[in-house]
Amino acid sequence: MIPAAFDYVRASSLAQAIDLLRDDPDGTKLLAGGHTLLPALKLRLASPELLIDIGGIAELKGIEISETGIRIGALTTHAELFASEPLHGELPIFRQAASLIADPQVRNRGTIGGSLANADPAADWPAVVVALQAEIEIVGPNGHRSVAARDFFTDIFSTVLEPDEILVSVHIPRPRTGMHFIYRKIRHPASGFAVVAIAVGVRLQGGAVDQISIGVTGAANHAFTGQHASDFLLGKTLSRDNIDKAATLLSETTECLSDRYASAEYRANLIRVETRRALLALSS
Amino acid sequence: MNDTTAIRHIGQPLRRREDFKFLAGKGRYVDDVRLPGMLHMAVLRSPHAHAKIRSVDLSAAKVAPGVRLVLSGKALVGKIGPIAPNWVIPGSKVPFRPVVATDCVRFVGECVALVVAETLAEAYDAVGMIEVEYDVLPAVIDEEVAIREGAPQLHDNAPDNITTIYKVRGGDYQNAAREADHVIGLRVVNNRLIPTCMETRAIVASPEPDGTLTVYIGSQVPHMHRRWIAETVGIPEHQLRVVAPDIGGGFGAKMHLYPEDLLCPYLARELDAPVKWWESRSESHQSTSHGRAHTENIEVAFRNDGKILGLKVETLGNVGAYLSNMASGGPTVNTINFGTGTYKIDNYEAISRVVVTNTVPVDAYRGYGRPEGAYIAERAIDAVARYLKLDQVEVRRKNFVQPAEFPYRPYGSMGVMYDSGNYQGLLDKALAAFDYDGRRSECEALRGSGIYRGIGVAAYTHMCGMAPSRRLAMSGFDRGGWESARVSIDSSGRATIYSGSMSQGQGHITSLSQIAADVLQIPIEDIDIVQGDTRQVQAGHGTFNSRSMAVGGSSVHVSSQRIVAKAKKIAAGMLEVDEKDVSYSAGAFSVPGTDVAPVTFPKVARMAYVGHKLPDGVAPGLDETVFYDPTGMGAPSGIHLAYVEVDPETGIVDILDYVAVDDVGTLINPRLAAGQIHGGVVQGIAQALYEEVSYDPDNGQLLTGSLLDYAVPRAEHVPNIRSHFQETPSPTNPIGVKGIGESGSIAAPPCMVHAVLDALSPFGIKHLDMPLTPPRVWAAIQQARTGASR
Amino acid sequence: MPEPDNRHVVTVEINGARKTVAVEARRLLVHLIREDLGLTGTHVGCDTSQCGACTVEIDGQAIKSCTVLAVMADGASITTIEGLTDTGAELSPVQAAFHEHHALQCGFCTPGMVMSVRQLLRDQPNPSEHDIRHGLAGNICRCTGYHNIVRAVESLASKGYQS
Repeated sequence: MIPAAFDYVRASSLAQAIDLLRDDPDGTKLLAGGHTLLPALKLRLASPELLIDIGGIAELKGIEISETGIRIGALTTHAELFASEPLHGELPIFRQAASLIADPQVRNRGTIGGSLANADPAADWPAVVVALQAEIEIVGPNGHRSVAARDFFTDIFSTVLEPDEILVSVHIPRPRTGMHFIYRKIRHPASGFAVVAIAVGVRLQGGAVDQISIGVTGAANHAFTGQHASDFLLGKTLSRDNIDKAATLLSETTECLSDRYASAEYRANLIRVETRRALLALSS
Repeated sequence: MNDTTAIRHIGQPLRRREDFKFLAGKGRYVDDVRLPGMLHMAVLRSPHAHAKIRSVDLSAAKVAPGVRLVLSGKALVGKIGPIAPNWVIPGSKVPFRPVVATDCVRFVGECVALVVAETLAEAYDAVGMIEVEYDVLPAVIDEEVAIREGAPQLHDNAPDNITTIYKVRGGDYQNAAREADHVIGLRVVNNRLIPTCMETRAIVASPEPDGTLTVYIGSQVPHMHRRWIAETVGIPEHQLRVVAPDIGGGFGAKMHLYPEDLLCPYLARELDAPVKWWESRSESHQSTSHGRAHTENIEVAFRNDGKILGLKVETLGNVGAYLSNMASGGPTVNTINFGTGTYKIDNYEAISRVVVTNTVPVDAYRGYGRPEGAYIAERAIDAVARYLKLDQVEVRRKNFVQPAEFPYRPYGSMGVMYDSGNYQGLLDKALAAFDYDGRRSECEALRGSGIYRGIGVAAYTHMCGMAPSRRLAMSGFDRGGWESARVSIDSSGRATIYSGSMSQGQGHITSLSQIAADVLQIPIEDIDIVQGDTRQVQAGHGTFNSRSMAVGGSSVHVSSQRIVAKAKKIAAGMLEVDEKDVSYSAGAFSVPGTDVAPVTFPKVARMAYVGHKLPDGVAPGLDETVFYDPTGMGAPSGIHLAYVEVDPETGIVDILDYVAVDDVGTLINPRLAAGQIHGGVVQGIAQALYEEVSYDPDNGQLLTGSLLDYAVPRAEHVPNIRSHFQETPSPTNPIGVKGIGESGSIAAPPCMVHAVLDALSPFGIKHLDMPLTPPRVWAAIQQARTGASR
Repeated sequence: MPEPDNRHVVTVEINGARKTVAVEARRLLVHLIREDLGLTGTHVGCDTSQCGACTVEIDGQAIKSCTVLAVMADGASITTIEGLTDTGAELSPVQAAFHEHHALQCGFCTPGMVMSVRQLLRDQPNPSEHDIRHGLAGNICRCTGYHNIVRAVESLASKGYQS
């Protein structure tokens, strides 16, 4: 219940934070909302020497909506993503997904950047940013770089982030008119994390699928994009039959996790069922 | 003259008198106790389920900052312990249980060493510096595996890992099976649970300047803890004061003797300083007793018309690595004695084996044995209905014990007697409240459109308030069945009641006041209740087994009556009339039919203490203590009904409605009674749908080590509970109450399982084991669809 | 390993009073509240941010104080359960509704539950039963089965409660 001792520094700028990280990347952890890190420290599953609190860094904050797209600072909390009316106007999936993350108190502190950088295989935002075809902005000793969300997650709790890099923001291309997203989640009853969750976006043009994007979390080692299913549906109508085929394709092409609570078969089934339900909702 | 109860509090839905402090954040729990110079203990726990301890290196921990003492188990040999069970079924083999392991660890979480430091953080830091070398041994966690030949053996004195064998028999089951039209068998598992009081365990032991020791502990049984700690640590009992402050839930888990309960008193005396231990939640999952963990094999013999002729039960009760406090009694007396439930089954044969495994000790948890017993009866009768394709309600009605048969001894039992009841009345009330016929039609109609709804029914009865004392000896229960109450009237006529019962949230301050106020006929505000301090409360057994109102409440009632009786003598003297002409009502002693001016209760109280004018033979004071030992036990009963919908594609169970009709005898406070039902039912729903302790069968690692894995339900996981009552007063005590605390958690598990099985009946699914998680329900549907199901 | 006496000075406004304390970096906010400031109405019921017994308000938002470092709260305004009954006599509306509807038994989860209900009704003044149950997902109660807590919240909403 009490972490091992560590030092604490509140960074005032990204440059300072990166400098501190470079000194001892392995013994240092970044602290934002703390809702993943602190439970791990309390259970002494990790014992860093230094925590860098990046909570005060202005460049990591805010939701900006421009002509070209939407920028969400890494420190934006789940509650802020839920509450933002401008964001809701552009992409209602944020409110929908945020409302299914953990609980109100956790949503008041937990951040999107923390969730993405931690890369819990059952976290919510990874599926959303994958489906939104977002770019993840990263800063490190060599400056800024940008990685497609679909390439950001590499394994369980693993991303392309180097130990001395910081996730700065998420950039989402302005959705094209007529593009609609939906988020469906089956929650683990204890943790509230996804057993499986699906983010799906579809644009219909003349009755056929003109644009489609699928992000899946909870099912495998990390969030991924349902490319086969998307390719299959592109140009087709969202008929019951096409939807069933696409959902089955996504389910069958996923190597699902198995754990004490849910078997791989069950997760594969949830992918099929939830994808179908999402597409059915988007078809009407 | 007869007294009249002019002001009646029993039966009133009063709001709780104790609420304010809790709502204001002024509750005082053990972790809120802070004493000057207080030190903190932390415990190193075994990471292995079964291992020999080769060496323990304390050297680094001893020199860590703030550390005052570091000990391994060897240092305590011959000083404190062993931890002995308090309920030992005759013939049991009791394994030796040291307070801290010395040579061998037998479950993940067993104490291996401890640190006392100036702060809790320092104690945790130093625990991390203790080095232990283990030789890992094969572990066994499952009760069915543990009794097989070649299974790892835990204790030399318990061959085949069996500590206790207990049998119950009535009539002739074999003959019943021969005469029956059908005999079917089923195997049911009662999943292992973690009681999960929101306040974890904690203890502070503080040496006092006068040489005594005060122990603050979240205890359901303060006087029992005083006896156990005194005997096991070697402290004269009268020099030990046990204080149980506010308790954040107990549910049975806070009535046992744990290693930490002994370590803090011992260390406080060694170090001559207050020593505190507080249990973190994840620690609690491996250090506080678990519940249930049974496997039952059942055979039921019945006629074509659904009448059950005989029942045969084989229970395996997994009690973890040692016999904890009551552990030999739960799977035996408390379970198979009640295996026939509310049904008249004359031919009954049951055997229970108590099995040790490499897991956290299992002990009492809300209902203790009775949920398992009711589950036997209910799953059996539901299986009969399903087999014969008869209505689940009608089969129950056909087999119920009839109202005229009470008091009823099932299967001719000498040990079990149901004092009173009316199961038909409960059923009729429940069916009407639930709209059973309407819902039944609805289920049938919706099935055509692929909507799977089901109705679950469960009936239960059990016995509360184990008593009388002399009967408990036969079952090896080393305590009495009485409860004590002292009613002390001060010179202003106000009452302080010292009760041996111990509230952990039930609301005793309110309910015991209601009982006393009816007899004393004084305003409820003029009554204070004191519990949980062995220096103030004369004696007691505490709160468990739904006994507080039936036994503790009766003791308050009887001692209040004695107060009135004595006050009446004094009043007669003051009024200068014969005692038999005095009547007491509404706080005044009067002589009906005369113009003698009444004398009030406060005036009589003042007279009792000034003693100026007391009748001959009447001593001063108005203060009565009663040790009330009941003549028998009350048997609550009830019918619960659940309505569910199962999503066949995800396996998710949605609870649409839940109706509980319970007969707990006289209701002291309907508002508080309903609260007990709500909470108990939700704990039962939790067992049925959500909660299950998991161990890795290969190495005995605890897989549900925190609340991230162990699914205690939140508000969104459970429905509203529609609670109704029927009142059949118990003839076994003067206020007619039976006991209520355990009802919900007994009835809800079978009720929920039956509802889901009913919903899944179109798939031909006949059996599911709890918890009915979505993955499990979905897998059963898949299996049924692919025809793999037998 | 860092020096344990490497302390940080934290200043908070708690229930309207300004307090300054020197703490280790690893000090949790809940321990600052309970141990350093002696406000024991805020409880610790788990170690994985599940149970909500430690819920307090920081700058008007309900948070789990076991999952915030004391140093992170430097400069914050904190309200604990004790802050709702400052005068010590009168219960606030949420507390009174809990009393009225028997929405508490052992009382251990109650302070955190009350703080969460305040947040819930700020966010949704007219919640459905589903909204209430979903909105209390961050708090575990083991005694009441939630039934009467939901009733208490419904009654507050029907009376137009504003925190």
